Amino acid sequence: MNAIILSAIWGVLMMYTGFVTKNKNTSTLVAIVGVILLLVASWLEYIGISFFSIDTKGMLQYSNFGLVFNMVILLSTLVYFLLSGTDIAKFGKSASDLYALIFFVLTGISIIAGFKSLLMLFIGIEIISIPLYVLAGSEKGNLRSNEAALKYLLMGAFSTGLMLMGIAFLYGDSGTFYLDGINIGLIGMSPMLASGMVLLMASMSFKVSAAPFHFWTPDVYDGTPTVFTSFMATIVKSAGFFAFFKLFENAFGKMQGDWELLIAVIAVLTLIIGNVTAVFQLSIKRMLSYSSIAQAGFMLLGIFAMNYYAKQGLILYFATYTFATLGIFAVLAKFKDHSIEAFNGFAKKHPTVALSMLICILSLAGIPLTGGFFAKYYMLLGVIKHGGFLWLAILAILCAAVSVLYYFRVIQAIYFKESVRDEEVQFSKPFEYIMIINALLIIALGVHPDWLLSFLNM
Amino acid sequence: MFSAFDNFPALLIWLPLLGGILSFFMKQEGSARLTALISSILSLGVVVASFVLSDEKYMMLNQVSYVWLPGLRSSFGLVLDGLTKIVCLLTAVIFPIVLLVTKKDQYKNSNSFYGLLMLTQCGLMGVFMATDALVFYFFWELALIPVYFLSSIWGGEKRIKATFKFFIYTFIGSLFLLIGILYMYLATPDTSFGLVSFYNLQLSSVEQHWLFFLFFIAFAIKMPIFPLHTWQPEAYEQAPTTVTMIMSGVMVKMGLFGLIRWLLPLFPLAVKDFNTGIIIVIVIGMVYASLVAIYQDNLKKLIAYSSIAHIGLMAAGVFTLKDVAMQGAVLQMFNHGINIVALWIAAELIERQTGITKISDLGGIAQKAPLLSIFFVVAAMANIALPLTNAFVGEFMIFNGLYQFNPWIAAIAGLSIILSAVYTLNMIKNVFYGETVAATTGFCDIGKSHVFVFCAITILIFVAGIYPTPVFKMIHETTGIVLNRYSAL
Repeated sequence: MNAIILSAIWGVLMMYTGFVTKNKNTSTLVAIVGVILLLVASWLEYIGISFFSIDTKGMLQYSNFGLVFNMVILLSTLVYFLLSGTDIAKFGKSASDLYALIFFVLTGISIIAGFKSLLMLFIGIEIISIPLYVLAGSEKGNLRSNEAALKYLLMGAFSTGLMLMGIAFLYGDSGTFYLDGINIGLIGMSPMLASGMVLLMASMSFKVSAAPFHFWTPDVYDGTPTVFTSFMATIVKSAGFFAFFKLFENAFGKMQGDWELLIAVIAVLTLIIGNVTAVFQLSIKRMLSYSSIAQAGFMLLGIFAMNYYAKQGLILYFATYTFATLGIFAVLAKFKDHSIEAFNGFAKKHPTVALSMLICILSLAGIPLTGGFFAKYYMLLGVIKHGGFLWLAILAILCAAVSVLYYFRVIQAIYFKESVRDEEVQFSKPFEYIMIINALLIIALGVHPDWLLSFLNM
Repeated sequence: MFSAFDNFPALLIWLPLLGGILSFFMKQEGSARLTALISSILSLGVVVASFVLSDEKYMMLNQVSYVWLPGLRSSFGLVLDGLTKIVCLLTAVIFPIVLLVTKKDQYKNSNSFYGLLMLTQCGLMGVFMATDALVFYFFWELALIPVYFLSSIWGGEKRIKATFKFFIYTFIGSLFLLIGILYMYLATPDTSFGLVSFYNLQLSSVEQHWLFFLFFIAFAIKMPIFPLHTWQPEAYEQAPTTVTMIMSGVMVKMGLFGLIRWLLPLFPLAVKDFNTGIIIVIVIGMVYASLVAIYQDNLKKLIAYSSIAHIGLMAAGVFTLKDVAMQGAVLQMFNHGINIVALWIAAELIERQTGITKISDLGGIAQKAPLLSIFFVVAAMANIALPLTNAFVGEFMIFNGLYQFNPWIAAIAGLSIILSAVYTLNMIKNVFYGETVAATTGFCDIGKSHVFVFCAITILIFVAGIYPTPVFKMIHETTGIVLNRYSAL
């Protein structure tokens, strides 16, 4: 609850900062302070100190899982601001309106972290989506950015329509918007319930870009300015997954046997399409869009398994996937040329940044000693624990092996190839330090994931 | 924290790790090599100490277990038992040798080179000592990643492609291994990764069949066993020779070690069902690899194919489930490591001086470099298992077991020994004897450090060939436990 209200207030505050000062560094600083405050506030709520007590009639309830998720998101946003602050500030007359939009997204995510009612789910998802349409089109002079924004808006509106339809069906069947109420009322699969559930599944798949609802992702991610792509592909996607998981755990948990096969099929499609298509990409940005689809496939395994391991795995996945992808995108945002060749010989020119980026890539590929390994590991553990679906785990593993093909192409360019063209990219000292800290976070999660996971048990 | 240093197994992890990290940060490249050398010699000292202090009184020194991930019930467990000591000794012997024969200015940015090399040693030691499946898997990968970078940065012309192939192969294998480990973990009554819990697990024969292949593919790729060997010749050829020595001397033993420590004791029913088939495939692969080696004109590839044949023999010995063959295989793991490293050192010296690896372009080196020729011939004779050399004992024992298993298979496997004599002697004739050719007229003999290394290797070859008895008791300590699991079936 702390985070919802504070982030909304801070979003408004950010807008007014634009009137007070035109200095972009000041806006960035205010934004960073805001995220730190939010992080502290949600930590306080985690240990039991809540600033606000509002009766939401049980529509919002924060479990440990939700609060830890919220903290992970806020920490990721902090890393995002620190790494990409200067790049965000490049767009728009004053950076503060963009920051304000991001804070509104955080408000939506904080609602998602605690929703107990389909209404709240809908409001949360919409509050997340609408600022994103603006962010996607924030490079006004660029046609591709405009195209991305329009495409995103149309697709988003379509999936929202599906979601509303689904909610309506569910309400018609069970007479309640409350997740627990729906779950308790489940006795059999009526046609209305089934269509409501499938519509919700489809619209959530849209939001997390799971196949076969992924077609908007590469175009939108590619057209959107790189800094905002990184926000959309990491923090927002994690929120989508959290909502997906929570919805199906709380509202349809009793009928897991009826929908698990459907989710398994979506996961398999997502894994295969994401990984195989990513292999053929020549631009790193596009490759990362497909890789984000591929990683979504792995996260879907968590929704499929829906047990304690999956919960732990999702939290780890959010953290490690987000840190790693943010790191790579932050470096990529400094480049004008997004082809893989642009990174040839990168390690010789910028050894520190290259090493941090290497760790990010290894983490995405799921190599041990990086957090990405344990993220995948918990997902597989969840699937195997679920029982009867060993083939799904083996298929996922094969896809993880395919993912090495494209992730390591970047490593090969960075470390083993000589540079052909001279695009001078400059990194400031603070940027390098934060990249290193980011990499150390990833390694810490890879050596001892219990540091994060122990929060779930309190 | 310092209590983490007070047992042998922990030291064998920490020493290379510290040596590696220190080497990375060394300003001067010479001091990086020295750091690596010192840490590797210290590791050797620790292994030797563990040999000496191995009776009951010092039992505690040889095993260690720290809490690592309480949530997953994984503990950082390491042990030095009979089998482990042999392979750790091999690792500890090979690394100083490899470092000694590496010239100071051979590699650019050599501080990273030696750093990565030491991390590899850390990974290898961990693989051999781990008693916890998750820890085992961690080190299994940790040994792979530095080698990937070493080969891709400092290797030959086609290094990126060849090394990537190697990486993909082994990575896929280890992912299968991971699935297998996770399945076992969830099946154990106390959900633990401990080796003991795994050993106590009762699995149905269907489950064992599945899991057997998940584990076996990982180990088979690493060894490598025909038909999963295709990464090897290219990777050996393209990797910098220093790394090739590590790969062929120690890393391939990871697969064999995995068979004895994990596969055989865990899935006895499946092994019983599949071992005949696997031995047949292996023996076909041995003959095939030997035939390819005969027609090989590239010195490095010839050694690589000969390695496939020899490793195959050891794997076949392990799968016979006869005590004598398994002991022979373990002994042979050590011996093969020593012998093949000697061959690589010689191949590297020849390539460094002449720039040639084609056998038909070489000749008459014996006239110019008699010392090198003597040492090389000794190592080559050991490689084809002449009596009095180390490999004779091991291979004889393996054949003994193979014969008990099935005389026909033993006979066909014996073919590969004859073939190995053919290609080795042919190679010696073409490279070292005959008239000198243009490339070898200016050939110089080896320097002091190489003489020292070769002498050490020669002594090891003959000592292990004449008096191998003391190690058998140690090896039996492990193979006995493994085979006990079969006696009840």
